Amino acid sequence: MSLVIEQILNGIQLGVALFLLAAGLTLIFGIMGVINLAHGSLYMTGAFAMAWATSKTGSFWLGVPYGLAAAAIAGILVELLVVRRLYARDHLEQVLATYGLILFFNQMATIIFGRQPLLLAPPDALSGFVTILPGIQYPVYRFAIIVAGLVVALGLYLLIARTRIGMLVRAGATHREMVRALGVDIRLLYTFVFGLGALLAGFAGVMAGPLYGVTAGMGEQILILTFVVVVIGGVGSIRGAFYGALLVGIVDTMLRAFMPGLLRTFMAGQEADALGGGIGSMGVYFLMALVLALKPKGLFPAHG
Amino acid sequence: MAKPVAPRKEARDPLRMVTLVAVLVLLAALPFGAQLFELGALTSFATRIVILAIAAASLNLILGYGGLVSFGHAAFYGVGGYVVGILYAHARWNAPIWGFIPGVTDMAITLPLAIVICGLLALVLGAISLRTSGVQFIMITLAFAQMIFFLFVSLKAYGGDDGLSVRRRNDFFGFDVRDDLSFYYIALGFAVLWFWFMARLVNSRFGLVLRGIRQSERRMATIGVSTYRYKLAAYVIAGMGAGLSGALMANYAKFVSPDMLNWMQSGELMIMVILGGVGTLTGPAIGAAVLLTLESVLAAWTEHWAVILGPLLVLVVLFWRGGLNGLIALLRGGRRD
Amino acid sequence: MTDSLLAISNLVKHFGGVHATDDVSLDVREGEIHALIGPNGAGKTTLIGQIIGELTPDAGSILFNTERFNDLPVPARVSRGLARTFQITQLLREETALANVALAIQVRQGHSFSFFRDARKDPSLIEPALKILGDAGLSQRAHVEVAELSHGEHKQLELALALATQPKLLLLDEPMAGLGAAESREMTEALLALKGRVTMLLVEHDMEAVFALADRISVLVYGRIIATGTSAEIQANAEVRAAYLGEGDA
Repeated sequence: MSLVIEQILNGIQLGVALFLLAAGLTLIFGIMGVINLAHGSLYMTGAFAMAWATSKTGSFWLGVPYGLAAAAIAGILVELLVVRRLYARDHLEQVLATYGLILFFNQMATIIFGRQPLLLAPPDALSGFVTILPGIQYPVYRFAIIVAGLVVALGLYLLIARTRIGMLVRAGATHREMVRALGVDIRLLYTFVFGLGALLAGFAGVMAGPLYGVTAGMGEQILILTFVVVVIGGVGSIRGAFYGALLVGIVDTMLRAFMPGLLRTFMAGQEADALGGGIGSMGVYFLMALVLALKPKGLFPAHG
Repeated sequence: MAKPVAPRKEARDPLRMVTLVAVLVLLAALPFGAQLFELGALTSFATRIVILAIAAASLNLILGYGGLVSFGHAAFYGVGGYVVGILYAHARWNAPIWGFIPGVTDMAITLPLAIVICGLLALVLGAISLRTSGVQFIMITLAFAQMIFFLFVSLKAYGGDDGLSVRRRNDFFGFDVRDDLSFYYIALGFAVLWFWFMARLVNSRFGLVLRGIRQSERRMATIGVSTYRYKLAAYVIAGMGAGLSGALMANYAKFVSPDMLNWMQSGELMIMVILGGVGTLTGPAIGAAVLLTLESVLAAWTEHWAVILGPLLVLVVLFWRGGLNGLIALLRGGRRD
Repeated sequence: MTDSLLAISNLVKHFGGVHATDDVSLDVREGEIHALIGPNGAGKTTLIGQIIGELTPDAGSILFNTERFNDLPVPARVSRGLARTFQITQLLREETALANVALAIQVRQGHSFSFFRDARKDPSLIEPALKILGDAGLSQRAHVEVAELSHGEHKQLELALALATQPKLLLLDEPMAGLGAAESREMTEALLALKGRVTMLLVEHDMEAVFALADRISVLVYGRIIATGTSAEIQANAEVRAAYLGEGDA
């Protein structure tokens, strides 16, 4: 039983990270109409910058702002130099240009940091275990990720629902002309939204570093899972991204954790582990197919 | 929503025919030229281009002519390869699949089988994916391809991550397939057939409907077209072409692995299509040749060639619309649209 | 009711809180030109969208030839004899005018699962297409790419494409919008020539054209039909004058 609870928490923890990525991706698509494949590269940038700063300063807590700043700055540069020119283009061109960015970012990471993953330890304050329920221990670091992620999600909700800039963001998605008529510099708004998305992606990357290690290409593994989240949740919908992310995080984690054991009850151990791992990895894609078969626009379609 | 770049009109001038014949003669003569100038690797390099051009041309059918931006074409390419690999493995182990399907090492069977299996896979995946459109379609095709990728990674019986070796190429009607020269001509033959089929297809009734759907799906519905089934049929045909390409590549490289299914492979096929010019008949072949050449030239220069190719790709998209075919049209004084 | 080709009853369509179509009932009789007029934003295009099947009504029914149409997809409605033109033209911009019409004829002939024969020179498509282009006044422009045609020619091609499907009922969404006086007269002539052969539901702001063409007129205001009658009856209707005609009645 404790194992199940632990895995559910792991699922929520993955879900929270997925949400940080999916929120940015879906905002950028919903408002600017751009599909940004390089979103994963911003996640990676955050993780690398944080790992680098941590090793230089010796402090996890000093590394965090470096990671966030690097991701946001990289995001804003990408917007100013490339993505800004893609708003009026079709999806194919957006995909190819941002794919080119991925090639660049991954290779740059390899050139600067090499092929070996950079390993990080969680800070002392967040190491060890916390007792969640009587008899159930859970790593403090993962627990902290869940809390931090939920706090950011709440903050994002308040930003969009309660502030003037959030009002513009919401209006920008549906009534581009109206926002322009209000005398708002739409280009500035776009850069802001892209930077915000990059910041969220960078935050996810910063938190992921101590868990999975930091390597070139880490962004794409999670990017594809993020796509599944966005498709399931409904493109352009922050709420959909939130529920979709938790769903995908939990389903993915549970299947990977328990599928091999389940299969081992009726087949050989090694075969079961491999096949179980495979089915575990494929599970969320089946989930996506199922959702689309029932609701082609996702669980929470953004408009109408 | 904006649609991909316009296909250019195929000029029906005699120059076009002459060029076509000249290119075919050049391709046929290429291995001899390679021997003459002692460029031994050229023939095998050209074989890879020719095989990948088939996959790129099939992607171009849905992407360029149908306006369906599929980011998962490697799924069909890779599965086509695995059909050859798995049938070979079972033949070598002398153990039928599931105890009753014998292994095969004859291209007369493995290639059609790869084509059919990839067509069926495309039917299933397309039926679901085509319920969506636009950006969701891009994401879902990518995600399904990734699903197939994970499936083959997990199949330890077929090598998992490491892939499968095909130690001997499949037989092909008594040709000496072990000879790279013969294999080049086999691949070239299939490519010519596939490109000819594509050339017929895009101007057939089916092709005109497909092109109409890209230009205005709404208009096509209001003249009475159930667009979904035409898109699905195109998706299946494209999957079959990629399957053929993958099956040939497995034979040529004597190896299949999940790398063939990797999303980067899908990306490369898309790059080929856009480099050559979206929605043009010869574009995918030109694109395949340019990308592979670029990669090998850059790779000879630095192992970090992607750091150059990436920004180059960005520049091509931003400033060079219409791909190489667009450039050629421009140089010939043609109109760009 | 036996002679009504299209019978709409109690149709409702909301967008969020807005009643775009608010309990609309309307019948179009075989052979007539029925004009639908009303101020901008009255819900005319939304109504056309529901009749052709691009939009799904929230309540009410659409009967065509007594067959319930509510849940049929667009192509099925087209094959049963409905056609529409678009106010904002929807044409295959990279093809010639001829190729646009030939494609519509190809679709009418049956399925297009023919993968090999070149369809661009098929005389069974080209000949009828040229004839229809002639009817729409586009003979001279048959081989010109759509992107190169003028706005007026786009409107004519819209009509030609709709006719190529051989409709029983033609839904015309502002065929005169953006046309000059001479072009409007040409379009009116073209529609008059079709009168009797094809039943039409005509959405139009050009009142001169409406009065010249329509057998009956319905007035749609804020999603509701406030009056239906002959042009004389409509012109005399006080409510209509107040709500609509009063604005521009010289």
